[in-house]
Amino acid sequence: MMELICPAGTPAALKSAIDAGADAIYCGFADETNARNFPGLNFSRDEMRKSIALAHGRGARVLVAINTFPRASAVDIWHRAVDDAVSAGADALILADIGLMDYTARRHPNQRLHVSVQAAAANPDAIAFYAENFGARRVVLPRVLSVPEIAEITRESACETEVFVFGGLCVMAEGRCSLSSYATGKSPNMQGVCSPPSHVTYEQTADGTKSSLGGFTINRFAMSEPAGYPTLCKGRFSTAQGAGYIFEDPVSLDATTLLRGLRDAGVTALKIEGRQRGRAYVESVVRHFRHALAALESGSEADIASLKPFTEGQASTLGAYRKNWR
Amino acid sequence: MNDPSAASPGQLPTIPPLVAIAMRPLPLLPLQFALGGVLQRIHRRNPAMFDRLGDHARARFGIKPIDLPFAFVVEARPPRLSVVRELPKDLDARISASLANLLALLEGRVDGDALMFSRELVVEGDVEAVLALRNAIDDAQLDLATEVSSLFGPLGAPARRALEAARGRMIGSSGQGESSR
Repeated sequence: MMELICPAGTPAALKSAIDAGADAIYCGFADETNARNFPGLNFSRDEMRKSIALAHGRGARVLVAINTFPRASAVDIWHRAVDDAVSAGADALILADIGLMDYTARRHPNQRLHVSVQAAAANPDAIAFYAENFGARRVVLPRVLSVPEIAEITRESACETEVFVFGGLCVMAEGRCSLSSYATGKSPNMQGVCSPPSHVTYEQTADGTKSSLGGFTINRFAMSEPAGYPTLCKGRFSTAQGAGYIFEDPVSLDATTLLRGLRDAGVTALKIEGRQRGRAYVESVVRHFRHALAALESGSEADIASLKPFTEGQASTLGAYRKNWR
Repeated sequence: MNDPSAASPGQLPTIPPLVAIAMRPLPLLPLQFALGGVLQRIHRRNPAMFDRLGDHARARFGIKPIDLPFAFVVEARPPRLSVVRELPKDLDARISASLANLLALLEGRVDGDALMFSRELVVEGDVEAVLALRNAIDDAQLDLATEVSSLFGPLGAPARRALEAARGRMIGSSGQGESSR
């Protein structure tokens, strides 16, 4: 059966994920070394140690995401995160930066390495580079590939492949998007925050809600219109061709109906996005996919909950998995 | 695979307007005294929760249940709670939602982002402070029936059962996850 890899932004969310049937949980330290560096979120060193021990006691694994790109003047912060994750007993480190992979492979040669989606490794040659040079055992594929492309890459790669099945989508190649930096000076790649909340404002007007990022108006939502995150890529803009979502609609990925195809493509693990979400999200989404996977294995019809209440914009998409463009 | 649901988090009930009107003349001081005691107790039992607020530990939050004729001003450090008819202007952030959704958020039974997407939660002011508060509360795994029933001394056990029954009617046994089934 494919593994279910689940998000946790707090120790309580990690417990919820285990209770709901996660095979593994991915999480990060409360600093700029991980790509979900939001206020009040993530794990102290002590919390990480205790959470890994708890997960191991319950038969689950913990993958520590150290998936931002180190700043030239502060590489020590990222090296310390690697050392501390290893000593806390992490089952794997999820890394994006090749310098950090090199450090980890040399310093901790027995540590299992996964290539983060932030590395944007989208072809067999790129994946082979990580496997041959750093011993990477798994690659998290970017969300720009169709299922047939995933099957081809998986067939040609020595690495296991992991793909996202639910949650937020990025329109850009991961790890290379500078929209947030443009508006706020901070990005998921360096500081671990896309659209940092310190730069977000919501203004209530007579017509609804106006969301802004770094002084740029991102969107205006009518009173009962479903909303999305205040990111530039999901902003609604006026252009010479008209007004609308010119980059990407505010929708969430939901690949529940594609699980059979992903299994047949040889995918090893399915990942749920959302370390910034609450326990209610983690519990419900993980349970949903645990039931769907069980149904897939038994060949039965799954009686599972709709995830619509948890989707951005109250809408879902199959994203690039069912791609009809190039 | 069926799609039984489409129930949104916002299907939690709201206080009927007539009940809200009837509550208007009620004095606020007894409620402030009781809820202040609950906050103190939460603070004592969950000191790490307030660490998650980081730089926002001294922020003043205005909490407005949209179906009640009063609101709350809450501070984490030191823990302080006041009940007011109207929220003051000089707050760091304001959070508005139905009472049921606010209580469900406090217990981590609904997802804050999902409530934002469905427009049932409105945030104004310092978004970073609100996010820190939301994450701190979500990690604390609060059980309001336990916290509030502690105020009832020897009558704590029956009070807890009554509060659990009231919670079940208002936000269901497991909130958003189950309501979406």
